[in-house]
Amino acid sequence: MNRKQYIEFAEGRAKRTSSLKNCIWAFITGGMICVIGQLLFFVYSTFMKDEKSAYSLASVTLVFLAGLLTGLGLFDKFANFAGAGTLVPITGFANAVASPAIEGKSEGYIKGVATQMFVIAGPVIVYGSASSVIYGIIYYIYMVIAGNI
Amino acid sequence: MQIDYLLILKAFLIGGILCVIAQILIDKTKLTPAYILVGYVCSGVLLNGLGIYPKLVKWAGAGATVPLTGFGNTLAEGVKQAIEKDGAFGIIYGGISATAAGITAAILFALLWSILFKSKNK
Repeated sequence: MNRKQYIEFAEGRAKRTSSLKNCIWAFITGGMICVIGQLLFFVYSTFMKDEKSAYSLASVTLVFLAGLLTGLGLFDKFANFAGAGTLVPITGFANAVASPAIEGKSEGYIKGVATQMFVIAGPVIVYGSASSVIYGIIYYIYMVIAGNI
Repeated sequence: MQIDYLLILKAFLIGGILCVIAQILIDKTKLTPAYILVGYVCSGVLLNGLGIYPKLVKWAGAGATVPLTGFGNTLAEGVKQAIEKDGAFGIIYGGISATAAGITAAILFALLWSILFKSKNK
């Protein structure tokens, strides 16, 4: 088998197995990130009484770590095989904020860093807050009809 | 410190499954990561409205709060509580105020990293 044949053979195999392999890696890495979050929660709940705040601080810590790894250039290497495993957890959001911000540094802190920061975070915040308002309107109407307000 | 080992296992399971769903969407459709993130946040809001996500948070802990659907769930939860407290005005501030920690952290840390680090691509 020459080199060209081998590449064709390898690509063929890669196509067939990539989806399953991607899913397995996504499952393992995504699960592990959530486990780290869970462990952080256990640490924080020793001094925080409110469960929601402890989970929130655990997420903030993951945002910090994901941004740090992005800055060090390690996040992309990890994300290459983790795929959705690093995208779906809050780490993916943190990376989507930090990475364009760092990329934009060469264009300055206003047009570069601060603008680029919202390339992906912007849509998430826009549609997140919009859907929360729609939900709020429905919930409010429901509460009025139910006579709770 | 109290460590609930079963909860760790459940967090792994649910967190993993939520990532696999996104991976299948990426592999089988042409959705870009930005669409996945937006879709997950909006799904989180919807699943909270259906009463499913709060149960999932109770069952799987960080497995439900760490994925971006958890962000949507927090948005929805915040709106509900704000409406119960302040009526209609809560519709407009509930969501973002409940998620303020995550959003501010992401912005502030990104600014910090952009000061400290240089792009590795150039």
